[in-house]
Amino acid sequence: MTSASSQSWWVIFFTLVAAFVLTLLPLPGWAGPYHPKWVMLVLLYWSMALPHRVGIGVAWLVGLFLDVIEEALLGQNALSLVLVVFIVTTLHQRLRLFPRWQQALLVLALTFIHQTIGLCVRTTIGCAPVGGGYWLPVLTSALFWPWVFAVLRDVRRRYLVN
Amino acid sequence: MDYRTQHLATLRASLLTMAYPVQFVVDLPVAVAGWVSEMLSSRQSLLEENASLKVQQVLLKAQLQRFVALEAENMRLRALLDSPFRIGERVLIAELLSVDLDPFSRKIVIDKGSTDGLFPGQPLLDADGVIGQVLHVAPITSTAVLITDPSHALPVQVARNGQRAIAVGSAAGNCLDLPYILNTADVREGDVLITSGMGGRFPPGYPVGRVTSVVRDPSQPFAQVRAETSSHPERSRQVLLLWPRNDQAASLDPVPTVVVAPPVPTSPTVSPPNSASSLPAPPAPVVTANQPAVHRP
Repeated sequence: MTSASSQSWWVIFFTLVAAFVLTLLPLPGWAGPYHPKWVMLVLLYWSMALPHRVGIGVAWLVGLFLDVIEEALLGQNALSLVLVVFIVTTLHQRLRLFPRWQQALLVLALTFIHQTIGLCVRTTIGCAPVGGGYWLPVLTSALFWPWVFAVLRDVRRRYLVN
Repeated sequence: MDYRTQHLATLRASLLTMAYPVQFVVDLPVAVAGWVSEMLSSRQSLLEENASLKVQQVLLKAQLQRFVALEAENMRLRALLDSPFRIGERVLIAELLSVDLDPFSRKIVIDKGSTDGLFPGQPLLDADGVIGQVLHVAPITSTAVLITDPSHALPVQVARNGQRAIAVGSAAGNCLDLPYILNTADVREGDVLITSGMGGRFPPGYPVGRVTSVVRDPSQPFAQVRAETSSHPERSRQVLLLWPRNDQAASLDPVPTVVVAPPVPTSPTVSPPNSASSLPAPPAPVVTANQPAVHRP
């Protein structure tokens, strides 16, 4: 039982590390703003599928790490990820039954919340992002959600994560 | 807390150290590609590169001879004037890790850290001029903010006449804005900008950029001046870290700090106008008067 549990943790850990790697992956200049919020998508999946494992605490720790990796103000991503994961864990039973496109719409709304909090924090400290490109990840994250969902579901079934 | 004080610096440094494996993995393909192309490059191209480097070195050496003479003369004149200013700094070469941070700010990761003696606020150069300054230091890596970051401001002066200004990063390409130059000030297109050394963070006299456009609108108090950076952070993989000399740093310390700590925005209404117009800066006039002579070829 313990080994199964620790294996689940390792799988979750590695998917998160993969999300961090994708976050840092250098893209050509034009594609930079389109970067989906990989870490958020992975966190959303796990908090929807396994809310007893990935909850607010994990979201906070992951958010802090993301802040350091993205050179954001310490706590900016932690705050927004905690809020987003809180919403998902509260609604997880309903969300699992939604069709994929409806989930994608919800991801759209959640990424919007995430970006809005980010914008508030940045504006407060005076590093407001320039241009409308700031909102592009909202669209791309929602577009990538069905694939992230499919991949992570297969991972979860293959490695019997629960 | 992270923004105003330094209490969380250790936490941040340890998290940054934990982030190094991730950054390393992301950087790996680029590093391997560079290594492979080095392995596979033909003897002919290596010979050509070697020849061109030799020519370049001879040219640079010739320039350096003149520079040494000028520096000695400059030091002698400064000694006559009793100026505390000294030239000469310790440098170290660091390599960039090719990782993409937030696309809406200009920040980079370099492969040197506090074990090499880096400190926050340390100036960063490339072959052509100032690139930025170190922001956070972890034991083996650090992050740096570029001068083109919108939250970064850099005290500069026009090399031609010593007119002082603040260069604020603009998110668009390699552009800098000089927002607090009076309409009547003598700034022209093509003017070379160098660091002024005000604020004590960047040593004076390093090239920053070149003025590309000056728009004077009589209804506005300030002219709209844009400049292009002389450094090319997107092209070079190597950067130069600089340790300003202690006596120089000490002599500049009493000057009010113009460069705000990088994460702090230069709130345009408060600091830059002061610095542009009313800085007393005791040693500054000497520096401004002599600086161009040293660094112009």
